This record gives sequence, C-alpha cells and structure tokens, in this order.
Amino acid sequence: MESITNSIQGVPLNHYILFCAILFSIGVMGVLIRRNAIVIFMSVELMLNAVNLLLTAFSVHHGDASGQVFVFFVMALAAAEVAVGLAIIVMIYRNTSSTDINVLNRLKW
Amino acid sequence: MIDFVWLVPLFPLIGFLIIGLGRNILPKAVAGFIGSLTVLLSFAVSIAIFVQLESSAVKTHIVPLFDWIRAGNLLVPFSFQVDPLSALMLLIVTGIGFLIHVYSTGYMHHDAGFSKFFSYLNLFIFFMLLLVLGSNYIVMFIGWEGVGLCSYLLIGFWYTNSAYASAAKKAFIMNRIGDLGFLIGVFLIFATFGSLEFAQVFPQAANLAPNNPFLILITILLFIGATGKSAQIPLFTWLPDAMAGPTPVSALIHAATMVTAGIYMIARSNILFTLAPLTLEIVAIIGIATALLAATIAVTQTDIKKVLAYSTVSQLGYMFLALGVGAYTGAMFHVLTHAFFKALLFLGAGSVIHAMSNEQDMRAMGGLKKKLPITFITMLIGTIAISGIPPFSGFFSKDEILAHTYQHSKTLWVLGVIGAMFTAFYMFRMLFLTFYNKFRGTHEQEHHLHESPKSMTIPLIVLAALSVVGGFIGIPHILGGHHWLSQFLAPVFYQSSVRTGALTLDHQTEFLLMGVSVAGAVIAALIAFVKYSKNNHVPLADNVDRGTLARLSYHKYYIDEIYDFAISKPLNFLSGFFYRVVDKAAIDGVVQGLGRATTEASKGLRLLQSGNIGFYIFMMVAGIVALLLYGFYNI
Amino acid sequence: MNLFYFIAFLSIFFSLLVIFSKNPVYSVLYLIVTFFTLTIHYILLNAQFLAIVNFIVYMGAIMVLFLFVLMLLNLNEDSEPMKSNLIKVAGVVAGMCLLVTLVGSFRALGDSDPLILKNPEIGLVKNLGKVLFDEFLLPFEISSILLLSAMVGAVLLAKKDPKKI
Repeated sequence: MESITNSIQGVPLNHYILFCAILFSIGVMGVLIRRNAIVIFMSVELMLNAVNLLLTAFSVHHGDASGQVFVFFVMALAAAEVAVGLAIIVMIYRNTSSTDINVLNRLKW
Repeated sequence: MIDFVWLVPLFPLIGFLIIGLGRNILPKAVAGFIGSLTVLLSFAVSIAIFVQLESSAVKTHIVPLFDWIRAGNLLVPFSFQVDPLSALMLLIVTGIGFLIHVYSTGYMHHDAGFSKFFSYLNLFIFFMLLLVLGSNYIVMFIGWEGVGLCSYLLIGFWYTNSAYASAAKKAFIMNRIGDLGFLIGVFLIFATFGSLEFAQVFPQAANLAPNNPFLILITILLFIGATGKSAQIPLFTWLPDAMAGPTPVSALIHAATMVTAGIYMIARSNILFTLAPLTLEIVAIIGIATALLAATIAVTQTDIKKVLAYSTVSQLGYMFLALGVGAYTGAMFHVLTHAFFKALLFLGAGSVIHAMSNEQDMRAMGGLKKKLPITFITMLIGTIAISGIPPFSGFFSKDEILAHTYQHSKTLWVLGVIGAMFTAFYMFRMLFLTFYNKFRGTHEQEHHLHESPKSMTIPLIVLAALSVVGGFIGIPHILGGHHWLSQFLAPVFYQSSVRTGALTLDHQTEFLLMGVSVAGAVIAALIAFVKYSKNNHVPLADNVDRGTLARLSYHKYYIDEIYDFAISKPLNFLSGFFYRVVDKAAIDGVVQGLGRATTEASKGLRLLQSGNIGFYIFMMVAGIVALLLYGFYNI
Repeated sequence: MNLFYFIAFLSIFFSLLVIFSKNPVYSVLYLIVTFFTLTIHYILLNAQFLAIVNFIVYMGAIMVLFLFVLMLLNLNEDSEPMKSNLIKVAGVVAGMCLLVTLVGSFRALGDSDPLILKNPEIGLVKNLGKVLFDEFLLPFEISSILLLSAMVGAVLLAKKDPKKI
C-alpha cells in the first residue's frame, strides 16, 4: 500500500481540479450533443463522478473525513436517481417507442 | 359635588347609548323621556356644582379621570376643569338643552326618526359638555370635533332630501377647514409651552412679552378654528344652510350652544389673545364685518329660519367684536343672553312652522297673532330682547359690548350701532310679517292653524321669562347694579383684565351711548312697523326684479357663488387636472406601461420556451458559463 | 506520480469514448471502464472504502441497471437518434466554454501546493465507519428512506398501467 500512495505524493492539487473540470465538461458535452435519454443519463453520472473525485481529493488534502462521507451520500443519491430515472425512461419508451428526448418537447406546457 | 362633575357628561352619554341602541324597540314616549331626563339630571348636577363653586373660595378645580396619552414628554390626562367659565357654560348647555329636549318631544312627535333624533341630541350634549369641561386643548378638541359630527348628523337628519344632505356636508367641510387651524394651533401651543393643560399653558403665557410672534401665530390659528365653528367671515356660509336641520336642532346647536364654542374657546384662552393685540384687532374687525354683513343679508330674507340664521351670524359677530375689544365678560354675557332669546326665537319659529304645516316662507304667513297667542307673545319678548330695548336681557349685554367698543374705537362703535339698528329692523320685520295683518297662505293651511302643544309652549314660556330677566345678572354700575356676572367670571379673566384695564368712561358718556343705541333700535323698530304692519308691505316674489342693493342682499352678496367660483371651481379644475394628467397619464401610464412592457417582453421570451429539453440544457450551460464569468470578473 | 497522469489520461479518453460512440451499449461499457479508472484514483488517494463502494455500487449495480435497461429496450446503433453536426459542434463549443470558465474561475492552471496525505488512515473503512455512524448518523438514516422511496417510485413507474391493458 505504501508504494501506491507514494505514487501520488507531489501531484499538485490544481491538477486534480483541472482533471475533474475536464471530466465534468465532457459530461456536459455528452448531455448537449446526444439525443438518447440513456446516454444523457450516463453523462450525468459522469459529472457526478467527477465531482465525487474532487471531493475525495480535497478530503484527503485537508485530512477531513467529512468529504468522503459526503461522497458516500452522493453515491446513495445517484443510485436512487438512476433507479427512478431509468424507470421513467422505460415508461417513456413504452409510450413513444423511443428514447429520443426531442420527441419529448411538451415541456412547454 | 364638584368631584362628581364627570356625572354631567355621563348622563347624556348613557342616554345616547340607551336610545341609540334601543331606537327600534323603545316607544317614542320612553325615548323622549329618557332623552330629556338624562339632560335634566345633568342640569341638576350642574346647578349643584354652580352653587358650590359660587360659595367656594377656590375658583378653579381640576378633576382628573385618568391619564389618556403618555408618550415622551406629552402627557394628556383626561380631566375636567371646573371654574366659573365652564360652570356658566354647563348651565347654558344643560339648561337650554333640557328645554329643547322637552320641546322636541312635541315638535318631532310625528317624525319616523324620533328615537334617532334624541340619541343624536344626547350625543351632542355629551360632546358639548366635553368641550366646555376639558381641562386641556385635547379634550376640548374631542368635544369640538364631536359637536361638529353631531351638527353634521342633525343638519342632514332628513338626509333623503339631497339639498339637506349637501347642506350637512357643507357645514362639515367648512368646520373642518376651521378645525385644521385649531389643530395646528394646538400643536404650536404644545411646541411653545410643552404642555396642553390650561393650568400650565396660561401661567407660562402670562410671563411672555406681548406681541410674541408665536403667540400671534397661535392665536390667529385658534381664531381660524373659531371662525369655522362660530360661523364668521370667511367660513360663515354653512350656518344659514344648516337650517336644513329640524328646528330644535337649529335652536340648540346653531344658535345657543355649538356656535358659541368658538367664543368659549377664545374666552378660555383669553390671556393668549390679550398678549396678541394684533390678533385681537383682527378678531374685532372680522366680528363687526360679519355682524354687518349678516345683518344686511337678513333684512331681505323671506325664509323665517334664514332670517334667524343670519341674525345668529350677526350676533356671533357682536360676540367676536366684544372679544376683539377685550370685553371677555361682555362676550360671555352676550353668549348667555343670546342663548336665551335666540333659542326662544328659533323655537317660536319652529312653533310657527309647526302650525303652518312646514311652511317656512314669511310671504305665506301673516296674521298669526290670534291663532298662536303664546307663540306670539314669547316671540315678541325675544324680538325686543334681541333688539336691545331695555329692560330685556339683550340690552344689557349689547350695551356692555358697545360701551367697551366705544372705549376701544369710535368707528367700530358707530358700525356696531348701525348693526344693532339693522338687527332691530329685521327682527321686527320678521315679527310683523309673521304675526300681523291678514293671513296670506292657502286656505288649507289656514284651516289647519293651531297653537302648539304644551310640551312646546312651556319651553317657550320659560325661555321668554329668562330672556326678560336674564340681563339682570349683569346690571352695570351706573344703573345701580353691581354686575354680578363680571365678578363671578373675574378669576377666569383676571390675567387679561390686569392688562386691559377696566371701563373708564364717565357716567355721562355711558348714558349717552345707551341712549343712542336704544333710540336707534326703537327707530328701526318703528320703521319696520310702518313699512310692514301699517303699509302692509310684503317682500317681492323670487323672480321679480329688485334694486341693486336689495338684490345683492337677497342673494347673500353672491358669496356662495363667489366661493364656488374662486375656490370650488379652481379646486375642481386642479383635481381634474391631477386626475386626467398626473394620475391617468403619468402614474397610470408608468404603472400600466410596466405591466404592458412585461407582457410584451414575455410574448417575445415565450418563443424561447420551445419545449425542447436539449435546448433547455444548452441554455442552462450558457447561463452557468455567464454566471461563472460574472463571478470571475467581479471577485 | 506519473501513474496519476496515466490514469487521468485513461479516464478522459474513455469518457470521451462514452459520449462519442454511436452504440449506446458501447457507451455503457466505456463508462464502466471510466468508472474503473476512477476507482483506481480512489485507491491512489488511499480512499479504500470509497473505492470499494464505487466498484460495487457504480460499476456493479448502477451500470448493470443501465445495461439491463438498454437490453430491455433493445437499443442499438441502428435505433440510435443522432443530432445534426451543427448542434454537435455547438454542444462541444459550449462544453469547452464551460471548461475554460471553470478552469479560469478555479485558477487551476497556476502552481499550487502538492497533494499530501496528511492522514493516510482517513479513507479506511474502520475510520469512515466511525464518522458515518457517529457524526452523520441522521443523514445516513435519512438516506435509507430516500433509497426506499426511490425503490417504491421506480416500481410504481415501471409497472404497467393495469387499466390500459
């Protein structure tokens, strides 16, 4: 274990931020360019994970366990969200035979 | 008994509550009985207080009830002040109030609003008593406003007639103009003296030098209040219109009590006015101007109540003249005697109107002497009294006023005597037109003529007796009296009389003055007799062309029209301007413009609401970027 | 130290594949790989508990759920709706803008303190468990209610409407 943890000693905190920002932006891009609801969902998961990683990095940096507990809660929330979201997508598919979000343009009412 | 002074206003208040709440349940007889009884009880208590005060060495008693307002250094106790001045007013208000209540039981007997009428009357008595009893300007102001309210309610008593309702509104609004002056005056008093209690303000004021600018401002403002309530130029036009109310109301409120509130207030604040000679000069000039103006209007009026109304305005002018020349006792003396004979005249007129089946035009009367003997005799007494013919009460009070005026200014005295001659003329004109010669009304009215019931004639007789003997409480020294009233009121006016000094006319001059005014009155009465009784002259009908002077007088110098043109029209125009331009165009424009702009902008923005989720997300990302950039460049 | 950059590169690479692969099934598989690289990141940070949870919950449960739904709906490359190129470019540009502003606002390009494991014990199961069941007991209990209600909701939503059939 020692060798593993040693391998990240010296990585600047800024690089974690940069990395997570890139990952988050990729998630946003995914949401913007895809029409398939499930892929959009996966992009959202990607964003969540980027944030999770950053939380953990800061938690480790500050030596405070709260950040990691928070990540745990985010994961629980994500699990709940995925369960409900996928159920909704299944419903939508059943009604429209499609997972294309452009079909769901009735949000204006 | 003085400690129980709160009983005096309490009784009418109880009467008001009982009659007012039970107005639909109580039979007329009970309502009238309660109304009269409560005032009688107040009168009894007032007499007891008066007797005790007369014999007591201490002349000023303050009876605190409770602390009403306590805020910072403003302390307004709800307390009553009993001194000779308020004791005298108590007797006038409750005594005449009682007689008029009794009279009303007869006069209003057929009216549907009988109970309502009595509840209002009792409420009026209550407020009037507060006005005269209050030991500070605030309690006085409550009464002041309260009597204004009751006056409004009673003038508009037959409110289904829109002319009567607008007369009530006119009275109320004119009073409000005056009240504003009074209120500002009260504020200034507090700002200057730090208190509103009479007992604290007046000693402080007595230490001030005369012609203090604050004092002059305060007294002018108070006087404006008095012109509103007591119907002086320029706020007098409401009083003739106030005759729209039932006749007992005219007698009680618009002749005997409420309209004298202004005189009472100035007499109460006499020290303030004495130290402001400029204001006193204004008061005297306004007083004599009002007296003459109203008297000249009265000589051509044909409505019996209008004649009396202008006569009241004129007599009030005399009282202000008396105040203006520093004759505070004379003013209060005239308040007292005027209360007797003017109430008598109004009630007599009421009796005539009652007999004539609500006809008020004197051109349709005449020859009522035989049919209404008691009314005739009592009104004759009232007329002689008001004309100032000795030994009736009006002579003594008017003579005292004129004597003081003579000492103050010869010009004012001449004008005063001319006014007195006018008074005698129009009063006898009224008497002759009403009671002499042949009856000029319709046959049906003639058939209906009858003397009024006892409940109406007895108050007339009592008031007539008072009009005869009322003057004897103030017989001047030269006629062998010792002027009891002046001695009684002396403590109240002590500070002022020290400054103004006593009457210094020699006996010869004083006799001469009396002789001139009595001779003037008798001559005027004789002219009236020749013109209206002997030559049987009847005033012209409305549409007949008159001479210029007569037309001016008959149309009340067009004062209402002038007010309408000079004040109401510009105000209406200004209101219209504000309504159309400022309110409608500017304010509404801005307000509605904002609404319309929002609607229009929303119509444009609505197109963004495409329902496309992808687009929403795109906009959301754009928003986040914008927010981050904003934060980036601003931190 | 280089290990971090290598893994980070892998993460970004696979996550790009996630959003650009046409077949949603591939997307899910790439996402699983991405999550695996993230698990490695957790291990590097000595957050063992999170690594395990990420491995089990995300890679195991959640991704299986995605895959399951995809299979259930029988989605593949043919049925995949794609946006026009213009919108894709606009989306990429917007994403890049976001990235630039994020980086800019975090001032992430400059140098900073290197990450140091002050307290290597912090991410261990034992330590985290103590914190979780002591300080965060109430949120923990409430999250259980959240999961329960999500489960009930999912069942209700996915159930076929008995009236329609």
